[in-house]
Amino acid sequence: MAKLENSLKNMVLSLTAITLIVGALLGYVASVTDAPIAKAKADKQAKAISAVVPVEGAVPGEAVSATAPNGTEALIFPVTKDGQLVGNAVQAITKNGFGGNVVVMVGFSTDGEILGYSVLDCSNETPGLGAKMPTWFQKGEKGDVIGKNPTTNNLTVSKDGGEVDAITAATISSRAFLDAVAQAWAVVSGSADAATSATQQVPAAEGDCCCTEACQTPEGQAECCKAEGKCCKETVTE
Amino acid sequence: MSKLGIIINGIIKENPTFVLLLGMCPTLGTTSSAINGMSMGLATMVVLICSNIVISCIKNLIPDKVHIPCYIVVIAGFVTVVQLLLKAYAPAVDETLGLFIPLIVVNCIVLGRAESFAAKNNPLDSACDGIGIGLGFTIALTLIGLCRELLGAGTVFGASVFPEQFGALTFILAPGAFITLGFLVAIFNKLTKKA
Repeated sequence: MAKLENSLKNMVLSLTAITLIVGALLGYVASVTDAPIAKAKADKQAKAISAVVPVEGAVPGEAVSATAPNGTEALIFPVTKDGQLVGNAVQAITKNGFGGNVVVMVGFSTDGEILGYSVLDCSNETPGLGAKMPTWFQKGEKGDVIGKNPTTNNLTVSKDGGEVDAITAATISSRAFLDAVAQAWAVVSGSADAATSATQQVPAAEGDCCCTEACQTPEGQAECCKAEGKCCKETVTE
Repeated sequence: MSKLGIIINGIIKENPTFVLLLGMCPTLGTTSSAINGMSMGLATMVVLICSNIVISCIKNLIPDKVHIPCYIVVIAGFVTVVQLLLKAYAPAVDETLGLFIPLIVVNCIVLGRAESFAAKNNPLDSACDGIGIGLGFTIALTLIGLCRELLGAGTVFGASVFPEQFGALTFILAPGAFITLGFLVAIFNKLTKKA
């Protein structure tokens, strides 16, 4: 077959035909993959939530949107088990990453203890340095933050006087991670009422804040309360 | 040229990365580990084979003056299909490759082969060329990824070979990509020139 000649009619026709066919094909593929893509996204989110609030049989609830102190939008997923609130998974963003935003999901128990975290996006951090974030702060690792409580523990890097070991050679990324945790905590503690009223559960009121495991000894309690400047008076005198 | 000859030509004599030096952006960008390089290579290969076949089928229906826009529409169509499929059935791969998948549209290997091979040959030969060039690209990317991952993080396909702290981090970062590519091109040329 001879090649079509370069007339305006031929050019318009062939380009239009190809564009239409490709467009139709894309429309078809998009309609087929629409459901699996939505499912993959939901699965990923559910997996991230159950990873950060590791309670057997717990069900994540509907997301509640809130504005974090740094102006970004955070999502709170109240996690319930048998109708009881067992914790909140919070997706928060920090703007202080080494190369841009970092998105983390942090799980807090009802009294504010960090149950787990997962980093949803640290693609702007340096590979091999800041990008170690997803593992560095896990339980048993050098920068372990699991089981710590933002109300009683000083969750900043040791260079800034805190008690978390920063990732080697990636202090900025480590600060960013802890900032994201702080944003998440600010959101969840600020909206504790909103998140808990839906499930008819007594919230972790501010008065309970330092009566956690970290403050078991009388001295510890006294110190916690001094640092916080509030709450736990009865527990201390007991 | 026989079908096998076309395939082998794509892997060795016209290896897109080591000989033609085409598609350097994804080559340098996605090869921070062997598995990333391989996924990128395979995704490109799928697009390359499909677009080669289709373009070779419709080459006579396209007037010369609009052939580039027509080719790009076809290529972009296949890239979007691949991206949607990856998002649906392999979200992990889609996440690691990220922006580099849509960028296959402007990968000069794909358009280059459409221009220099598919537009002049029959669909079957074009498919073989797609397989050959695609394999060549995949092998090259996997090799670069393998070297960078081994030297930088002490792992091969994620399996630890030596402790990470002995790795030279440079190889995971951008400079390592250039260094590795340079050395591999030199080695490849030395080996093929002799043969």
